Amino acid sequence: MEQHLGTGVQLVEHRRLKLRRRLAPYFLSAPGSLWLLLFFLLPLVFMASVSLQTGNLLQGFRMTWHFANYSDALSLYHVQFVRSLIYGSIATGITLVVSYPLAYWIAFHGGRYKNTLLLLILLPFFVTFVIRTLAWEFILSDQGIVLGTLKHWHLLPQNYHVLATSTAVIAGIAYNYLPFMALPLYVALEKIDRTVVEAARDLYSSNRAVFSHVILPLSLPGVFAGLLLTFVPAVGDYVNAAILGGTNNVMIGNIIQLKYLQDFDYPLASALSFILMAALLIGIFIYARALGTRQIEEYV
Amino acid sequence: MSVATAREISTPRAEMAPRRERHKRWTRFVLPVYAWLVIVYLMVPIAVMIIYSFNNSGFKKVSFRWLGFTTTYYKHLFAIPDLTASMKNSLVVAVVSTLIATAFGTLWALALVRYRYRGKQTSEFVMFLNIAAPEIVLGASLLSLFVTFGVPRNLVTIIIAHVMFNVAFVAITVRARLTGFDLTVEEAAKDLGANAWTTFWKVTFPLIWPGILAGALLAFALSIDDFIITNFVAGATQTFPLWVWGVSRVGIPPQVFVMGTLIFMVGLLLAVGNIVLQRRKAREG
Amino acid sequence: MRVGPDIDPALWRGLTARRVSRRDLFKAAGVTAGAMGLSAILDACGVAGSQASKSPSATGVGSQSWWDQQKKTTQLDFANWPLYIDPSILKTFTKQTGINVTYQTVINDNDPFLAKIIPALQNGQGTGYDLCVNTNGGPMDRLIALGFVIPLDHRKIPNFFKYADPNVKSPTYDPGNKYTVTWQSGFTAIGYNSKEVKNPPKTFNELLNSPYKGKVGMFGNNQDLPCPALVAAGYDVQTSTPDQWKKAAEPVMRARDNGTIRAFYDQSYIDSLENGDILVTQAWSGDIFIAAAPKSIGGDGYPEMRLNLPTEGSIYWHDNMWIPLHAQNPVSSMMMMNFVYDPPIAARNADFIWYVSPVPSAKDIVLNDLKDPSVANSPLVFPTAADIAKTQGYRVWKDQAEEEEWNSIWEPVYSS
Repeated sequence: MEQHLGTGVQLVEHRRLKLRRRLAPYFLSAPGSLWLLLFFLLPLVFMASVSLQTGNLLQGFRMTWHFANYSDALSLYHVQFVRSLIYGSIATGITLVVSYPLAYWIAFHGGRYKNTLLLLILLPFFVTFVIRTLAWEFILSDQGIVLGTLKHWHLLPQNYHVLATSTAVIAGIAYNYLPFMALPLYVALEKIDRTVVEAARDLYSSNRAVFSHVILPLSLPGVFAGLLLTFVPAVGDYVNAAILGGTNNVMIGNIIQLKYLQDFDYPLASALSFILMAALLIGIFIYARALGTRQIEEYV
Repeated sequence: MSVATAREISTPRAEMAPRRERHKRWTRFVLPVYAWLVIVYLMVPIAVMIIYSFNNSGFKKVSFRWLGFTTTYYKHLFAIPDLTASMKNSLVVAVVSTLIATAFGTLWALALVRYRYRGKQTSEFVMFLNIAAPEIVLGASLLSLFVTFGVPRNLVTIIIAHVMFNVAFVAITVRARLTGFDLTVEEAAKDLGANAWTTFWKVTFPLIWPGILAGALLAFALSIDDFIITNFVAGATQTFPLWVWGVSRVGIPPQVFVMGTLIFMVGLLLAVGNIVLQRRKAREG
Repeated sequence: MRVGPDIDPALWRGLTARRVSRRDLFKAAGVTAGAMGLSAILDACGVAGSQASKSPSATGVGSQSWWDQQKKTTQLDFANWPLYIDPSILKTFTKQTGINVTYQTVINDNDPFLAKIIPALQNGQGTGYDLCVNTNGGPMDRLIALGFVIPLDHRKIPNFFKYADPNVKSPTYDPGNKYTVTWQSGFTAIGYNSKEVKNPPKTFNELLNSPYKGKVGMFGNNQDLPCPALVAAGYDVQTSTPDQWKKAAEPVMRARDNGTIRAFYDQSYIDSLENGDILVTQAWSGDIFIAAAPKSIGGDGYPEMRLNLPTEGSIYWHDNMWIPLHAQNPVSSMMMMNFVYDPPIAARNADFIWYVSPVPSAKDIVLNDLKDPSVANSPLVFPTAADIAKTQGYRVWKDQAEEEEWNSIWEPVYSS
């Protein structure tokens, strides 16, 4: 396009256009990236700094390079860390198993009702997260609608309870984060070229083989995105544990919230947050490597 | 040719029929039933909430003992001043942060798709990091920043936080829409004499509008429902999820279920409207 | 090894190739400089403490001369717990004084409320409230220590000195009532569902050993759980040592780990008790009263709810009125404090709130004028001196280090 450079004036014009073209991406991405720099990266730096401080609310906090905050955090709360990873993994696994057939059915057999069905799935999640979880507490109450009726008909022992167990917490997390798994799965499945599937049907004899050799591998980017968008928030969640949990169900999110907002123990809380983030990032990178992805950003 | 032969050799026709039958049973019966069961399960808490918003449990808190049908709480929806105030805060935060995040995110997506520039990979990584970071870390680190600089926590800090976690989501949504778009139409427009501004508004923007809308809707939904990040940076300001949490410690007032029902109805209306629009478009197109 | 033409040229190249280029060195230097600069900035960073120089005693806020300068206004922003006032007395107050009261029941629990106001106060800003009600033993102590409470003007509260019960005058957490006057008091005791529970627990230990596994509730804060545990173990709350704290915590942790305790609750325990999720629990006296009262008079309508004061002694706590720093209408606050200690007003409050009233002479008014013997004769609203003698109060820590040690032993019990 720019081959014919022309006279001097046209040359300057051309150079100015080229310069504008070169600077355009920087101007376009500036607002977004600056915002993230200021309010995402910079806070992480400050949180790192706070995590190495000592002090309290009364006397103030001072930077003392107190790395012991990290070892203290781990020794005091490793149980809650591990528990959160376990709850998060199980809940994510449940959402994957539940969502996959659902997403598959909508993507391949939804026809013109695809969007309607998607909306139907998303509709419950319009209502506030807190209200949804409170509704589950209401439903699963010991003498409530479900358990009360079952106990009345003697189908359950009288002191059976679902609330205040890890089951309730994991079920709550799985319920609340289901769309974060279902949507990426659907997007990936929907994108699969139908002619490829047809070709596979011609090549393979059984539908199971078609699924496991063609559809499943092609949907893996969706699986990865879904796992990422579900596992990470699930591990850091504390609302489900607070509403549906009992003793020995406390997650690391509850501890971080307690330390920040009730005890005002900023250094320990910051150290806990950093450990959580580091653990999750390492897990993501290992998983990405295992999947063989080179640029994980592509899947987001 | 050889493929067809191989097929015939490996699976004689007689065996194909029952397999196709099984496949049909799977796709025509099992899968749909399963899918509908899941959808119903997703609706269960909503259904319970709607039903018990009509329960005459008394103004203090809901009860699952059915005490009679009433619409009192619908009439007295705004009887709790804190509820309306917190709802207003939530809406303000959602609208403002959505506008800002959509604008910034769209521009960023344009840069990511169309250009190759230094720092692009880094900024993509930062975006990924932002989406991958758990909410509690986002909220807690922002609180650390505000505490270090003595910034008071109020509506402004909430909006700042919401823009922060929404901008990346909008950017990737719009980017997904942009990639695979043949933007030679832009060159065509330029050849026909349009300048950059006209090209953008008359050609590019209408093409990417669905993506921008999707990004904006996503940002709005994420913002209005946010609890964890808002909990950290809100200070004394209440948004609706924060208020519901606080008040649920003493017992869920029935107006909470009423408000939840109304929000759900709004969503339902939007969904139905969308379907009607699509049907109409399909008929016309 | 001989150096010479025998060596593979590739190997020779590899051995002698420059590992670190000049560009790399510059980069490294830049990063190090950046890191050092960053660490210098980080060193300078820190969160300022609530310095003593900013506290009321240093700045003169709350002194007699300061109060002399404060003018009467027509507004009062009052933050309180839900269902903690007879609403009609607010109207009476406005009629008597001409002050408009904006009453907000924003305090659902001490810690979340403090989490909201302490950061604002730390920044030197007002809370938006002129009068708040918070509990002693932790919340009140912290606020006073941080210097966020305006000392009271005793000249403005004659009713308090005339009518208040001696046990709320000059309490251990606020000698001389310099900063607070009691709003209402209460007992931390044992609540239970009398319809389901045949042998209600009479002591804290019976609660821990309850046969109703998974249906026992406990408080999940650092006073309502530890103090009864210490009393039950036979120790004195105020003089107990860290070793004794550890010993008292053990049976609680056993009960937690063997599944007896269902959960450690905040004030939402009463909801769970009414729903049947728990059958026996630690409870606050007034909550049970409200739960058992019929709906027609403002209760929840669960007459099967009962309260037992532990035989070893219950914990007696006080919710206190206090004025936050930077309050806009401090004189209105003082007038409200004086107003609620007037016996007829205190009687109306006692008859509505059903917690322990700080005005003993209100009892006769409740009995004779308001004709409510169930409230007047209840030891949970008007306890006798003998009842109070058996109780102990919340722990008052002598410094931050002691509080941290206490928390390090007790927090793992209820947040693990």
